[in-house]
Amino acid sequence: MTPTYDSVEVGTEIPAQEFVVTRADLVRYAGASGDFNPIHWNQRFATSVGLPDVIAHGMLTMALAGRALTSWAGDPAALVDYGVRFTRPVVVPDEETGALLQVTGRVAEKRDDGTVRVDVTATSGGDKVLSQARAVVRLR
Amino acid sequence: MPLDASFAGRTYPPTASYEVCREKIREFADAIGDPDPAYRDPEAARTLGHPDVVAPPTFAVIVAFRGLDTIIGDADLGLDYSRVVHGDQRFSYRRPLRAGDRVTATAVVETVRSIGGNDILGVRCDLATEDGAAVGSAWSTLVARGEGS
Repeated sequence: MTPTYDSVEVGTEIPAQEFVVTRADLVRYAGASGDFNPIHWNQRFATSVGLPDVIAHGMLTMALAGRALTSWAGDPAALVDYGVRFTRPVVVPDEETGALLQVTGRVAEKRDDGTVRVDVTATSGGDKVLSQARAVVRLR
Repeated sequence: MPLDASFAGRTYPPTASYEVCREKIREFADAIGDPDPAYRDPEAARTLGHPDVVAPPTFAVIVAFRGLDTIIGDADLGLDYSRVVHGDQRFSYRRPLRAGDRVTATAVVETVRSIGGNDILGVRCDLATEDGAAVGSAWSTLVARGEGS
């Protein structure tokens, strides 16, 4: 059910979501976004610049966390502001299982203008991969 | 050599228009695995009050990065993009991008800092339709790792 401004309180949790990210997903995202940085698809290059392995595009992580927000809100247009800091990379091994990204969020503030602030937590491999991840969402 | 701090405040010319189309939106939504019909089905989008299919919120990065390219391509600034990592990203939206939009990005260097041998560039790209209507803004922090790190 689509949440309304009146139906949520500070502390209301948005449904937790899990996303599997594989190497194939990174290739697909590279093509769709136009970001072909080899750290996202070439293990040899990634390790040569000091990374543990190929890592996901930060913008893909941001997009997946955004899915948790827009699917909760019921309309992509509900997102009026959305920001994240990329603290740690999502490391994507060359395995069918890929990496697991877990996203949760909770309403942290109800504003007078009909919007709510949602604070998002995104973890992978036990690490918080985003910090200061927050969105302003307009609910009906 | 650190980046020239006097670039802070510099505004670059708007990019050529980017035309948002239904198929690119679908491709992007597929790439992030998002099944939302508002990204694919014009009727579903109209039910939500949109004139055509809308783009996922972070689709805006495609247009914003064209704006960043104007900064990265400025030889006078001399940013070595091969050393750049994306520190943070924020968007604010007047409305979602949607199929049929023709959008330009105007890039602004907001801050230039040098911390611990790294250059940290705070940039903003303002997205607007060709007729000048603001669509939203994107803020990015680009961290260019120093030669020694």
